[in-house]
Amino acid sequence: MTAADWAALRFTVMQAALSAALSCVFAIPLARALARRRFRGRDIIVTVLGAPFILPVIVAVMGLLAVFGNNGLVNKVLSFLGLPLISIYGLTGVLIAHMFFNIPLVARMVLQGWGAIPAERLRLAETLGLRGWARFRVLEWPMLQSIVPSACGIVFVICLSSFAVALTLGGGPKATTIELAIYQAFRFDFDLGKAAMLALVQFGLAGLAAIVTVSMSAKDPFARGLDRHLTTFKFGLGAAFFDGVILILISAFLGMPIFLVVAQGVWGIPDLPVSVWWAAVRSVIVATASTVLCLGLALALARRWGEIIGSAGIAVSPLVLGAGLFLMIRPFANPFDMALVVTIILNALLSLPFVLRILRPHAESIRVDYLRLAQAMNLNSAAWVRWVLIPRLRQPIGFAAGLAAALSMGDLGVIVLFGTSDHATLPLKLYQLMGAYRMEDASAVAVVLLLLSLAVFWICDLWGKRHADL
Amino acid sequence: MLICENLSLRVNDFHIAAETLALPPDVYAVLGPSGAGKSTLLSAIAGFLKPASGRILWNNMDITHLSPAQRPVGILFQDNNLFPHLTIHRNLALALTHKARITSDQDRAIGQALDRVGLTDLAQRKPADLSGGQQSRAALARVLLQNRPILALDEPFSALGPALKSEMLELVRVIAQDNGTLVLMVTHDPNDAKQIASQSILVADHVIHAPQRTHTMFEHPPEALARYLGRVTPS
Repeated sequence: MTAADWAALRFTVMQAALSAALSCVFAIPLARALARRRFRGRDIIVTVLGAPFILPVIVAVMGLLAVFGNNGLVNKVLSFLGLPLISIYGLTGVLIAHMFFNIPLVARMVLQGWGAIPAERLRLAETLGLRGWARFRVLEWPMLQSIVPSACGIVFVICLSSFAVALTLGGGPKATTIELAIYQAFRFDFDLGKAAMLALVQFGLAGLAAIVTVSMSAKDPFARGLDRHLTTFKFGLGAAFFDGVILILISAFLGMPIFLVVAQGVWGIPDLPVSVWWAAVRSVIVATASTVLCLGLALALARRWGEIIGSAGIAVSPLVLGAGLFLMIRPFANPFDMALVVTIILNALLSLPFVLRILRPHAESIRVDYLRLAQAMNLNSAAWVRWVLIPRLRQPIGFAAGLAAALSMGDLGVIVLFGTSDHATLPLKLYQLMGAYRMEDASAVAVVLLLLSLAVFWICDLWGKRHADL
Repeated sequence: MLICENLSLRVNDFHIAAETLALPPDVYAVLGPSGAGKSTLLSAIAGFLKPASGRILWNNMDITHLSPAQRPVGILFQDNNLFPHLTIHRNLALALTHKARITSDQDRAIGQALDRVGLTDLAQRKPADLSGGQQSRAALARVLLQNRPILALDEPFSALGPALKSEMLELVRVIAQDNGTLVLMVTHDPNDAKQIASQSILVADHVIHAPQRTHTMFEHPPEALARYLGRVTPS
């Protein structure tokens, strides 16, 4: 490994660790505020916290540029005040983007932790009249101990494989992740040996981190509590002020970028060139095909051993898989002609762990309830899937399909490795426009991409909910 | 004739052994306290549980290693006898075909089965839209369509009220008589046995006893049954 490779390894680990730590630092007070306050719009905030999952990374990057970029909102205010400007490129930008995606993730996990504190323990704390630190030690601290290490680990693993963020906001000798280095070895140097070596490093790194995370996630010490909230507790004015500040700050941090993207881009949509709309068509096709493939795999793997196999995709990064497929296809065909097919396959594999996580529990309870009846009625496996499994799984399938479709729609990973402008998907088109500094078109494309991602999710989810009269 | 030879059954830590059972077509009650292994016996006969040892024979054919679908047994469970997301018509059709298209012959057979249990007009409803008694009838129509010579009832009517249950048992009795079906009916209610079972199989203390005439059994209950019924045996 060269000095640059070592630097990439160091940067990868460092930014992932910082991203994980910073996300937790902000997510914990956010979750606390949401757990103990009831206010109008709270449910909306909780729902929106799930949205970054289906938000294309490149759209978020456009939004963050609008807020923190050289001509962004923050720098305009700073220059008005005569203060030194900030630069979003490099480590700062990578961290901001990772926090944008992971604060909501961690906050939701911690919020679930709040919901899982046993009612008895809450009542006990109330009866004892615990306040301040005493209450923190009895209620929140044990919960955080069980949730935060694994949440932190998950964010760390996700950020280790960060590619799209590093591609758009990082780069250069100071801010190159291994994923980005793999891409550069491929696209610019065409040094396949080096790319393969880096892929191995990335695979080892992410695999190691995934194992550590799994072993770290302690067994849930809480029995499932009933649904209840903490409003019976008395909190001081200071706490209320703190909660309010946190809620406003983080809502602005998460909401402002998206608002600005839409505000800047929506007017440019009618003037977009035809090539953008063809890219949109390609993206819809890729998203549809990869969703169908992903669901097919998930239905076959929706059992315990299947989830273990399917979850391998979380440790293996898209770039590593893409590099491998590139080498496999090369003897037989020009890999660049296969860009869309490879993207379809990889997107399906990448969504698989999430889709399995959603479908497996449902599939298992269906087996428990109806497998005996199906056996007694001599249903073969095809008939089982057609007449029982799919109809009864319809609602979770719709939701999972929505996630898979939105993830695929917004994916800026493998396609950059393979894609040329002839078969660019919409995220790639957006990236190319950004690279060409055509920011007006880029903003408009970002809005189109955002709308398409939300639309495919919404359509799939709605399909699942309709006729789900079980 | 259904024969169970040296049958020994094991589920985790629980085990139970059967005396040799030789059962010509008739209605048999399988009686005993809960947890004694009544359902275990039915599971083994229907093919959901592999015996630890011993053989099960139907008309001199060894069926011990056949899958549930290959056995001459139609079974009704305590619950989940119908797929709740499918109409009654589709539930019944699945007993005949896995295809979406139903031939006119199949449709006629489904109609006849529904007539037989008195549900002619409810074919397009889903199970949840039927009463408990109607659901039981629909499930019975399903096993009728499967047309198996053995009918295993694992307390499918236990959730019904006394009058409805009695009505269902009577329906089972008539159907069994008409078709010459061998019925094995798990129950913990002596009245069920008295109503339709000419023979009763007592399951207690890890033993499945050979059948006796129901009438005789209740006249002179064996010790295990007496304990279960709560009578003190004259000693």
